Amino acid sequence: MDGIDSSDRGWFEGIDRDDDEAATQAIRDGTADATADWPARAVESGFAADEGDYYDILHDATMAATRAAVQEYERSDDRQLQHSIRAMDDCERVANELAERVAEWAGTLVDDGGTGVGFCRDLADRDPAPAERRVVELARRVRDLDDEAAELRAGIERTAPEVAPNLSALAGPVLAARLVALAGGLETLARKPSGTVQVLGAEEALFAHLRGRAPSPKHGVIYTHEAVRNTHPDDRGSAARALAGKLSIAARADHYTGERRPELDEQLRERIATIRARRDDEAAEGAGSGAGGDGA
Amino acid sequence: MSDLPAGVERHTFDGEERLATRGPPAYGEPTDGEWRAWDTGRSKVGAMLDRGLDTGLAADATVLYLGAAAGTTVSHVADMAGPTYAVEFAPRPARDLLDVAAERPNLFPLLKDAREPGTYAHAVEPVDVLVQDVATRGQADVALRNRRFLRDDGRLLLSVKARSEDVVAPPDEVFDRALATLREGYEVLATERLAPTHDDHLAVVAAPLSE
Repeated sequence: MDGIDSSDRGWFEGIDRDDDEAATQAIRDGTADATADWPARAVESGFAADEGDYYDILHDATMAATRAAVQEYERSDDRQLQHSIRAMDDCERVANELAERVAEWAGTLVDDGGTGVGFCRDLADRDPAPAERRVVELARRVRDLDDEAAELRAGIERTAPEVAPNLSALAGPVLAARLVALAGGLETLARKPSGTVQVLGAEEALFAHLRGRAPSPKHGVIYTHEAVRNTHPDDRGSAARALAGKLSIAARADHYTGERRPELDEQLRERIATIRARRDDEAAEGAGSGAGGDGA
Repeated sequence: MSDLPAGVERHTFDGEERLATRGPPAYGEPTDGEWRAWDTGRSKVGAMLDRGLDTGLAADATVLYLGAAAGTTVSHVADMAGPTYAVEFAPRPARDLLDVAAERPNLFPLLKDAREPGTYAHAVEPVDVLVQDVATRGQADVALRNRRFLRDDGRLLLSVKARSEDVVAPPDEVFDRALATLREGYEVLATERLAPTHDDHLAVVAAPLSE
């Protein structure tokens, strides 16, 4: 430490001790190459009366700076999107669980029993006989949860394209939100290699594979995408790899530029068409020559 | 074996003798008057003290704690030590860390990345004890980068998490590699496996090599 230059200054240097905002800013954005005996220096420069006084100011400043940074993060759009998709999944799961209970119970009381959330909706609209009151009330809770799941889905379909326009266009808003949630944020998703994006949601299978107990998983949640699901099982690995590649490019475009890149949609469509064409070629070959393809 | 530092005592909770420090309860731990139990199954520093490792922690020690998470361990460290700087990278646990720090004037929370000491060197003074418990690849490298904060006679308390370095390699191999890297800047004084309470963790006490 030779003298004080711009990269070798304490957070308190150059700010007024009563200026809370400047202190917060200094803690959050400041940098220094080396540490120094900041408490002594703060007292020496007259910033603080004594060491105890310095630590009091430092406590307030670090609390305020950390609180501000945490709030900024937690209220960010992609963070809210993660809560929404998880809440939607919770509502759907709980609605289905409760619907099973209602079906079991109602079957003992009403003649026209049924199953599922649809049955609960019918039951919820009825005027219950005294003995049916509790089970009908339960059915109404299922209806409300199902309604809330639909509201959450509508919200996700509205906000996901704002948070991640390219990812939402390629994956659909719900899958886009799910990928962001699994990765823990749009930025973390953007930084992941596409091989990781391909198996997000298949962690159990992936770790079983890494420990040498299983083949590598072909896909995680991107399985729900049309490009994977509607491709022949033998080609799903290729389709998942191609899709994951485009999705990671989309996530990077969304995080780093935020601009829509429509050419990605077309590239994905072409790539999937090529993969599916293999199957057609093989079938044609098989029919023509009588010899199988690679038999994969 | 070394004795427990001042501010840490063994107290009996529910018929079981456990470590304890004096301070406001932070996470629903059992209390005995002003003393609150320090769960050595959850806290690696607690486990190190419990096993009698010479940690250098003392009543007037300044501490830099990397990887403070929700503040479970750092709350006990701040109870017994002097000015304590708590660095945590993830916002969600930092929210809980704020609650713990609010009641402790000598605890300073910082939402920073331990791999980039330059982003907090303007706030953190030289310290007597550097505690590191970060779940990232390159844990020994993080310790090297943060050596700048440690006084010449200071102590590094490092807990190496094998799974963060490599999920499949045998822990012993991972620990050997980490220790080899660590020796570029530290003299390793003691190591101890923290099983069964902390599987796949190695506790390391080290002193900085003079440059």
